[in-house]
Amino acid sequence: MNSFWLHPSLILIIGALLVPFIPGRFKRVFLLLVPALVFARVLTLKSGVFGQVEFLDWDLVFGRVDKLSLVFGYIMALMCLIGNLYGLHVKDDRQHVAAWLYVAGSIGAIFAGDFLTLFLFWELMAFSSVFLIWARGRKESLAAGFRYLLVHVAGGLALLAGMVWHCRTTGSWAFDPMDVTNPTVPVYLIMIGFILNAAVPPLHAWLPDAYGEATFNGSVFMCAFTTKTAVYALCRGLAGMDILVPLGVAMALYGVVYAVLENDSRRLLAYHIISQVGYMVAGVGLGTQLAINGACAHAFAHILYKGLLFMGCGAVLHMTGESRFTQLGGLWRKMPWTFVFTLIGGLSISAFPLFSGFVSKSMIVAAGFEEHKLWVGFLLMLASVGTFLHTGLKVPYFIWFGKNQASKEVLDRAKDPPWNMNAAMAIASILCIFIGCYTPYLYNMLPYAVDYHPYTAYHISETLQILLFTAVGFFLLLKKLEPEPVISLDFDWFYRMGGRAFLKFARRPVQAFDTFVGELYRYAGLIPLMLTARLSGLFDMYVVDGAVDGLAKAVRGVGQRLRGTQRGQLQENLTFAFGVGAVLILAFIILAYW
Amino acid sequence: MKLVKLIEFLRARLKTVIRVCCGLLALLVLADIILVDKEHAHTAVEHLWGFWSVFGFLGCVVIIIVSKWFGHAGIMQREDYYDE
Repeated sequence: MNSFWLHPSLILIIGALLVPFIPGRFKRVFLLLVPALVFARVLTLKSGVFGQVEFLDWDLVFGRVDKLSLVFGYIMALMCLIGNLYGLHVKDDRQHVAAWLYVAGSIGAIFAGDFLTLFLFWELMAFSSVFLIWARGRKESLAAGFRYLLVHVAGGLALLAGMVWHCRTTGSWAFDPMDVTNPTVPVYLIMIGFILNAAVPPLHAWLPDAYGEATFNGSVFMCAFTTKTAVYALCRGLAGMDILVPLGVAMALYGVVYAVLENDSRRLLAYHIISQVGYMVAGVGLGTQLAINGACAHAFAHILYKGLLFMGCGAVLHMTGESRFTQLGGLWRKMPWTFVFTLIGGLSISAFPLFSGFVSKSMIVAAGFEEHKLWVGFLLMLASVGTFLHTGLKVPYFIWFGKNQASKEVLDRAKDPPWNMNAAMAIASILCIFIGCYTPYLYNMLPYAVDYHPYTAYHISETLQILLFTAVGFFLLLKKLEPEPVISLDFDWFYRMGGRAFLKFARRPVQAFDTFVGELYRYAGLIPLMLTARLSGLFDMYVVDGAVDGLAKAVRGVGQRLRGTQRGQLQENLTFAFGVGAVLILAFIILAYW
Repeated sequence: MKLVKLIEFLRARLKTVIRVCCGLLALLVLADIILVDKEHAHTAVEHLWGFWSVFGFLGCVVIIIVSKWFGHAGIMQREDYYDE
């Protein structure tokens, strides 16, 4: 037991539990105050190992603070603050609670020094973020949420199995770099757990499925945390693992191909998360100091510009109720500022000079060339062509310009969003440009010393040529790029249709069993019950009558209460179970310190 | 709304805007040929004039054509595909 170390996640968890009890007047202040405290706490963290707890046979480490965990902790706390400003006017408490627990999970996983703590927070992320999907309240979001949960539970199981096996063989639960030159089965299992959260194909289909379906501000949170926590875990545990290089390059291109086909703006952005995380995964695979620095820098920049892009498209969805290109178009007169902010996000992700992507993405590409893996360099360059093509050109063009396909209702509703959403987008925009213009801000935070200069004449000329001639191609082939009102099948087809086939197959036996149980209940339960009821009714009428009236009323009241909790609303039950779980974790952490 | 006015102004002069952009593109390639020091190029092909311009343009065309071909090969389905 050592002295108390205030974990940033603890602030968020306590804050999340208090949210429902804060009266309306103070709620907005509270919603900004807690993330601000978390950010301040991260700023004051000193390097070292803190929060060591002995639990049964395990040594849990809640606070491993070094340059690698700090850079991720910093940007996540900052994004949490911006995300809360963006969703400040949301009345639904569930979303705030879910978002905070989700961020707490993410920050907790980043500072975790052992596998058990990592796993605990890893699962907290999945189980809290799913509420950001369900909160949208559509029929589709319910199904998408369950798919999201199932996939993450499967990934979590692979991770857990790998951890237990790994610790059996090495005898230590510490989460340290693993042997990646001769990877064993447990290391591969851990890798599967990590790359599922990083959305590496074919384990990626949950991402566009979920992020396209979450609430307008839920996606702003989700796009920042899950994949980047996985990138952190890969950086920490599996840096230099060769197989990650081809996987990363493949996913960078995979996202680009699907983005061409996509008609929903937020799903398009989701596919570009896959593409961008591909750069980071490839960087981790390369494993050199420059590459790891690049992966961290790109994750940092990515959280801001992707958050900004999701805020822009989320604002369109929030104001108009539409996110599909075929239902939008020509909004520039109605939502001009949202257009400018989204464009800044698009220029940042495309790595335009003076924007954040330019100083981060190029580190990974340069690391590829330096390792003499030319195919890595050139294919990542090709992916960046696709990035500008979609996020820099297609998204702004088909929402704000292009053929005006919006219905009259959509056009009537369209206008720039409330002040807090604009302010959040403006702050993210300024940060994107600041990072791009003043490189020491980001470079000084990176895990290794940086000897890299993005602003050489050659690099600027190269980037400008690629991007501007991509724009030429875009305008020449505009007809071919017109969005179509379709969806694109992805790997989720296998479990969506597979699940359906299983149901079809299983329906008959299940139905037969259900009927049987129903009949049994009827004969063994209902008929005697009716009989008793009738008898006791007579008894009541003639014998007890008015004397027990009060009691009867009370029993009925309790019964109704009970019925309320038993409505079979799986979501409500899960919320409840999850709340209890969170309280237990909290109690455990606090008690363990004293 | 100054921003809207600016966009209106540019849209009204679309032809001029396009001409200016084409001029800038030409200047960019010219600068690449004359001014830029290619000492830091990673490979020999990059010393070709305007290599990255061609790369960007062809890359864009290839991505669009290949993806659309892939999409029309059965990946793109109507929106109610998953509805029962």
